[in-house]
Amino acid sequence: MVIGLEVHCELATRTKLFCGCPNAFGDEPNTNVCPVCLGLPGALPVLNRQAVELAMRIGLALQCEIAPSSFHRKNYFYPDMPKDFQISQYDAPINKGGRLELPDGSVVGIERAHIEEDTGKTTHVGGSGRIGGADYALVDYNRAGVPLVEIVSAPDIGSAAQARAYAGELRAILVATGASDGRMEEGSMRVDANVSVRRVGEGLGTRCEIKNLNSMRSLIRAIGFEADRQVALLEAGDRVVQETRHWDEGEGRTLSMRSKEEANDYRYFPEPDLVGLAPDGRWQAEVAASLGSLPAERRAGLVGLLGGDPSPAQVDQIRSVVASGLDDLVTAASGLGAPAPLALARTANEVAADAERAGGLDPGAFAKLLLLEAGGELSATQAKDVLAELLIHGGEPTEIAKAMGLESMDSGSLAGAVAQVIDAYPAEWEKFVSGDDKVAGFLTGHVMRATANKANGKLVAAELARLRSGSN
Amino acid sequence: MSASAIALAAEVRSKERSAREVVEESLAKIAAGDPEIHAFIEVLTERALDRADEIDRIVASGSDPGPLAGVPVALKDNLCTSGIPTTCSSKILAGWRPPYDATVVERLRAAGAIVVGKTNMDEFAMGSSTENSCSGPTRNPHDHDRVPGGSSGGSAAAVAAGFVPLALGSDTGGSIRQPAALCGVVGMKPTYGVVSRYGLVAFASSLDQIGPLAGTVADAAVTLQVIAGHDARDSTSLAAPPPDVVAAVDRGVEGKRIGLVTELVDGTAPDVAARVRQAAEALAAAGALVDEVSIPQFRYGLAAYYLIAPAEASSNLARFDGVRYGLRVDAPDVAAMNVATRTAGFGAEVKRRIMLGTYALSAGYYDAYYAQAQRVRTLVADGFAYAYTRFDGLLGATAPTTAFRIGDRTDDPLSMYLSDTCTVPANLAGHPSISVPFGTGDGGLPVGVQALAPALGEQMLFALAGALERAAPDSGAVTE
Repeated sequence: MVIGLEVHCELATRTKLFCGCPNAFGDEPNTNVCPVCLGLPGALPVLNRQAVELAMRIGLALQCEIAPSSFHRKNYFYPDMPKDFQISQYDAPINKGGRLELPDGSVVGIERAHIEEDTGKTTHVGGSGRIGGADYALVDYNRAGVPLVEIVSAPDIGSAAQARAYAGELRAILVATGASDGRMEEGSMRVDANVSVRRVGEGLGTRCEIKNLNSMRSLIRAIGFEADRQVALLEAGDRVVQETRHWDEGEGRTLSMRSKEEANDYRYFPEPDLVGLAPDGRWQAEVAASLGSLPAERRAGLVGLLGGDPSPAQVDQIRSVVASGLDDLVTAASGLGAPAPLALARTANEVAADAERAGGLDPGAFAKLLLLEAGGELSATQAKDVLAELLIHGGEPTEIAKAMGLESMDSGSLAGAVAQVIDAYPAEWEKFVSGDDKVAGFLTGHVMRATANKANGKLVAAELARLRSGSN
Repeated sequence: MSASAIALAAEVRSKERSAREVVEESLAKIAAGDPEIHAFIEVLTERALDRADEIDRIVASGSDPGPLAGVPVALKDNLCTSGIPTTCSSKILAGWRPPYDATVVERLRAAGAIVVGKTNMDEFAMGSSTENSCSGPTRNPHDHDRVPGGSSGGSAAAVAAGFVPLALGSDTGGSIRQPAALCGVVGMKPTYGVVSRYGLVAFASSLDQIGPLAGTVADAAVTLQVIAGHDARDSTSLAAPPPDVVAAVDRGVEGKRIGLVTELVDGTAPDVAARVRQAAEALAAAGALVDEVSIPQFRYGLAAYYLIAPAEASSNLARFDGVRYGLRVDAPDVAAMNVATRTAGFGAEVKRRIMLGTYALSAGYYDAYYAQAQRVRTLVADGFAYAYTRFDGLLGATAPTTAFRIGDRTDDPLSMYLSDTCTVPANLAGHPSISVPFGTGDGGLPVGVQALAPALGEQMLFALAGALERAAPDSGAVTE
């Protein structure tokens, strides 16, 4: 299996690529538009400096050469493209020839990472809702002219798992460099996969391009399906036709796009309304200096913070917090005295789950909460409740806990609660005493229920263990 | 109008005349003469009078409205005017009102000028006679059976007929200078990048420049001074400050080395060639060192131009698809609607050039046509560069003939394209060029002489134009 990925990412610029309209997701349709991004007659594009900087950051992070570049027009008619051509970089991209090392140590070559503008968004309404069968279509041009960088990998990827790792690592780089928020579900990172198969030792087979991969899950499933489809074709003596295929997530298969695209001649020619783009050494150096540390370095930092080899679960947690750009929170909380493993776990699970608010979490309050939990003053469940409140409204953890009526039980009432549960479930207690640890969870759960989660699970477990050692 | 723009502005600024009187005079002349000439496709009577009153209030308050205070100007209809229809003389833009002003329009207004109307043109500036207009042809004020040239024929005719002292046009391959020559007025194309193209509906982006048409060289210079200068909204706008050209008009050409370009005289009609040679002699008499020079690369300029300009146009005009503005002809699906709209909305010449340009950019033909034409473009620039090692300025005919009869060339696109042969080299190289009236040819029709200068050589160009104007014989009477 030979895979190359083309990743489009929307740059996190304040304004669009060629005009001053806000680059924002989710606003009322056709509110972030002007003569330039609507392609009105007489309007002209002016290149956004911040977009060039973010594109350079991506290139530098991928070890590309930043080259003198230019823009071309890609001509084709489509209603969501205001000028009926797309301004894109063609034979002279800003970033050429880089590489990306994946966490497993494998390396994928980068052919180019170039700048282009996004199109508007068409919604087909009425009828079947499909392109062919809709009653009418609505076009929202808010996205038209949003800056994109298209990152084209070499056909170096050998499996769906490696493709996922590549996309994940690339996403982490986009987030770490601040170039993009990398959110696949909002379309700010979009992946197309070129897939072909060949027998060992043979040259490259005919490839198909798969579009509409909106999640990591789609990426893996689509590549698997497509490779199987191609192998089946070849084994049946048929051949693979080079084409663009659409991934249908519901059906779990790729479908040939009923598209005239193969027949399209884009008539590329140099964009006469823009001048050449050749960032000088000084500008490149400035961008390089502002790049910050990259995901591999950030992961290594967290490993160092944990001290000792991370568990497999912690490896996943580290990858996930770096990918979502939350590693600074872990580092900060740990720096304020919170235990690093707890900070990592809470960040990877509870904080990351609320991606929208994660950025606003005060590291000081977070660290204090973790200390309360570690010291046994709050149970894990209570700590999570306080954390949820902290994420939504902010505040001081002790005050929040008090306001929510959460305070840990004193050791006397905890021991009482444990004793009651032992009395209520003598058979289970016997099993536990005779060494069956699986029952511990059952007993603990009942203590938690009886105390309305006020008990600290760890202390409950400790009390159970103490009583067992006493009865043996 | 008989008075120059400079004289009118001086009168308004010194309260000798009110802006309202000046504008009323202009509007009256338009009302009387334009039904016959058809220079305008939109006259902005009320807006112009309101603005005139505003200018008068500014003067009354003791402030200076600017160097073009109260001067009526006409705008070619491919210059965007906020809230005012801008159609490029095309059915496809019928009724479209831009939500913004072109940079040149802002600058004219800021200098006190008053826009009195939008002028007729060849559709999307494609043509050399103003016959390719959805609202019908403009007539040459010197002979109503003849064309005014094009594509800025409405602007040239409006000045020649005395409706306005000033107008703006756009010049992609000669569209300011050729109609200026045929109508007996001054027409100037600036160095590419000196005037912002923001708000000019693009024909061929790498060639288009906006420039003035005027009754006198000095008026053209003042107007250029007003509209020139960097604009952050046009990436190809030059950062350099605009050259001071007003003072250059009277500077003279003594000791300047002027080349009479063989390729811009040979092949022109005998009456035109005779005037060009006479102009060269007049410059020599004024102290210039005149010699003949051949720039053989110019012979390939027209062919290169008719590949590059249509190629860019095929892309620039793609947006007229019926989706967002202008004409829409309904059809069962979007692609069919695009085709129906464009079929109904574009005229024959525009369709011809879109097809030419699409072909020139197509896979498999790009290198043979578009890329080859770009190489020729470089050769033309090389030819200029070599000539400018020996000369400060160049001289030739603006157009190969005087004004031709309406309908004479409409059935033969190639003969029409030849009208541009003397003017396209300056566009290909991005150099400034000006056409100055220099007497008449057969039948008393005006002849224009073209002066050329290197990139950003506007001062030299206006010095040359001023000398030509002072030496020029009368360029004929406008028929009433």
